[in-house]
Amino acid sequence: MPDQLLYAMEAGLNGLMAGVMYSLVALGFVLIFKASGIFNYAQGVLALFAALTLVGFQEGQLPFAHLINTVFGTDLHHFGWRLPAIVAIALAAGVMVLLAIVIERYVLKHLVNQPPIILFMATIGMAYFLEGLGDIMWGADIKTLDVGLPQGINETVESVTGSLLGYGFFIDNLDIVASVVAALLVLTLTLFSQYSKQGRALRAVADDHQAALSVGISLRFIWVLVWSIAGFVALVAGIMWGSKSGVQFSLSLIALKALPVLMLGGFTSIPGAIVGGLIIGMGEKLFEFTVSSSWFGDIFGFTLGATENWFAYVLALLFLVFRPQGLFGERIIERV
Amino acid sequence: MFYREAGDFKTTYRDDSQTFPIRFDRWRYYAVVAVAFGVVPFLINDYWANAVLVPFLIYAIAAIGLNILTGYCGQVSLGTGGFMAVGAYACYKLMTAFPEVSILIHVLLAGGITAGVGVLFGLPSLRIKGFYLAVATLAAQFFLVWLFNKVPWFYNYSASGQISAPERTFLGHAVTGANTTASSKYLFCLVILFALAWLARNLTRGTVGRKWMAIRDMDIAAEIIGVNPLTTKLTAFAVSSFYIGVAGALFFSVYLGAVEVGEAFGIQKSFLILFMVIIGGLGSIFGSFAGAAFLVLLPVLLKNILVGQFGWATDLAAHIELMIVGALIVIFLIAEPHGLAQLWRLAKEKLRLWPFPH
Repeated sequence: MPDQLLYAMEAGLNGLMAGVMYSLVALGFVLIFKASGIFNYAQGVLALFAALTLVGFQEGQLPFAHLINTVFGTDLHHFGWRLPAIVAIALAAGVMVLLAIVIERYVLKHLVNQPPIILFMATIGMAYFLEGLGDIMWGADIKTLDVGLPQGINETVESVTGSLLGYGFFIDNLDIVASVVAALLVLTLTLFSQYSKQGRALRAVADDHQAALSVGISLRFIWVLVWSIAGFVALVAGIMWGSKSGVQFSLSLIALKALPVLMLGGFTSIPGAIVGGLIIGMGEKLFEFTVSSSWFGDIFGFTLGATENWFAYVLALLFLVFRPQGLFGERIIERV
Repeated sequence: MFYREAGDFKTTYRDDSQTFPIRFDRWRYYAVVAVAFGVVPFLINDYWANAVLVPFLIYAIAAIGLNILTGYCGQVSLGTGGFMAVGAYACYKLMTAFPEVSILIHVLLAGGITAGVGVLFGLPSLRIKGFYLAVATLAAQFFLVWLFNKVPWFYNYSASGQISAPERTFLGHAVTGANTTASSKYLFCLVILFALAWLARNLTRGTVGRKWMAIRDMDIAAEIIGVNPLTTKLTAFAVSSFYIGVAGALFFSVYLGAVEVGEAFGIQKSFLILFMVIIGGLGSIFGSFAGAAFLVLLPVLLKNILVGQFGWATDLAAHIELMIVGALIVIFLIAEPHGLAQLWRLAKEKLRLWPFPH
């Protein structure tokens, strides 16, 4: 096989892995959108906040250290102990549940029956608030997150592809772990929503708020539940992204990358979020690979770079022109 | 007491449909315009111009533009930053290519070019609606910023990749470049804002505006009663992008002077202007002003208090500012989803009955 094709295959495979990471964020969006019709812009910041909290617990950081030191003139930083990863993850998940309760009680409860755009704006406001809160609580510096996930090149894949094709593919172990985790997450969520009592209630609410209310399902409990689940998904996404590229502000921007994924897959479909993520991830890597390659330069006289910034959006835009509800979205029926 | 329509007899249709039907309102409006044009330019200094007034005027233009699209025509857009960048770069290319032409013409032409780009990115709005459209406009945001970053022709092959405004004068006063005075910058922006706001107010209460609002309220129903969605949506995109382009051109040439595209016109700018529109009030020209004033003043105020008074570190103050802005947005949406403009309307209703409410 020609080398170019092999490189393209490698880029595509890595794109698939990156797509899984996008899907992780997109999952949280879909859950909340289905259950409450809220387009939750804060999902990315939730992931950032979760990852920051996790690192903070793990390192034994004192929350609000900077603020306390400024106000009281003290010099405090750490409690002086480190927590094992599993305890820190459990604590961080607890914080996310707490956050879900607070969000429901102080924000969503008051915004029932508002038009979707207002709810969307409210989540942007929450995103700003959480970003500021996360920075004040744990500091704005870039942190490394290590919960013991394997990292670096996967030797097996390299040797197998090396012996089969004569060229060893570079696949990061972390990406493989992320794929497995994403698959498990989707499986768990599907089982939960199909077979548990709360899951059924969740689907009922997603189907019709008023009908669900009339058969005695507590809307408020369902919202807390769904935001908790979304917070947990955000924590998983935060762990994966944080392990990959450090816990920093740019983590909240991956939320934006998840949006075209959602558009492709449809806002209301969990499999759509996964498939959309894979398409976007592979598409952008292959496009970048094509337009920055030398033969593209030979044909057109120029090459392009950093197209990953916009390719996903343009792809989703073009796609939507032909299928406005996305790949797996429910058909949009409008009545006057 | 004095805020009454009683005794104010309208004898012509023209009188009846004027923008400010109440006499007191009319005089208040004249007074505000007179102060803005006749008093403020003599009092203004560099700090006030650069920190408050010039950004307020420019953001007000952008907010009116977005309000036309989102508030009046109901098409949510997150591409404002990208369209502002189009205005800025168009203005820069025109300024450097035709140095002898007046800067005012350049700014308006930059708006025109942005309108063209806006129509192009508005085309999908015929198929895509609601949040799908909002996300689709992100394509404009990211693609345009990337384009201006990567294609050297746009920044005239400058080594830093920045664009910086050469000195240009308007009626003999420098309005761009290093030798500007606070009052000339302020007046230049004010004149443009005044003209554009007047135009917007009159557009939105005429045929065009009514069509926009019909599409906003229910597009299918509007189509049935004979509003053409194609032309209506695209005119909204064109007019809105024109305003945003002018704002971008002024933001670059008059306010900042030198611009790095990702920093000045990033996604944050799109959100900032959307917040202005929401906090000010969707579908209200006054709301655009109020929202712009609120979000320009708030950070200045917080910074003065936290850093100036308490002597806190700037990064800590910035984070607290972020929290307060976020919290305020949520509080606003809960307390008054229709924005400052609605509070203003309520105040006027109360005022009409004051001091004898029964």
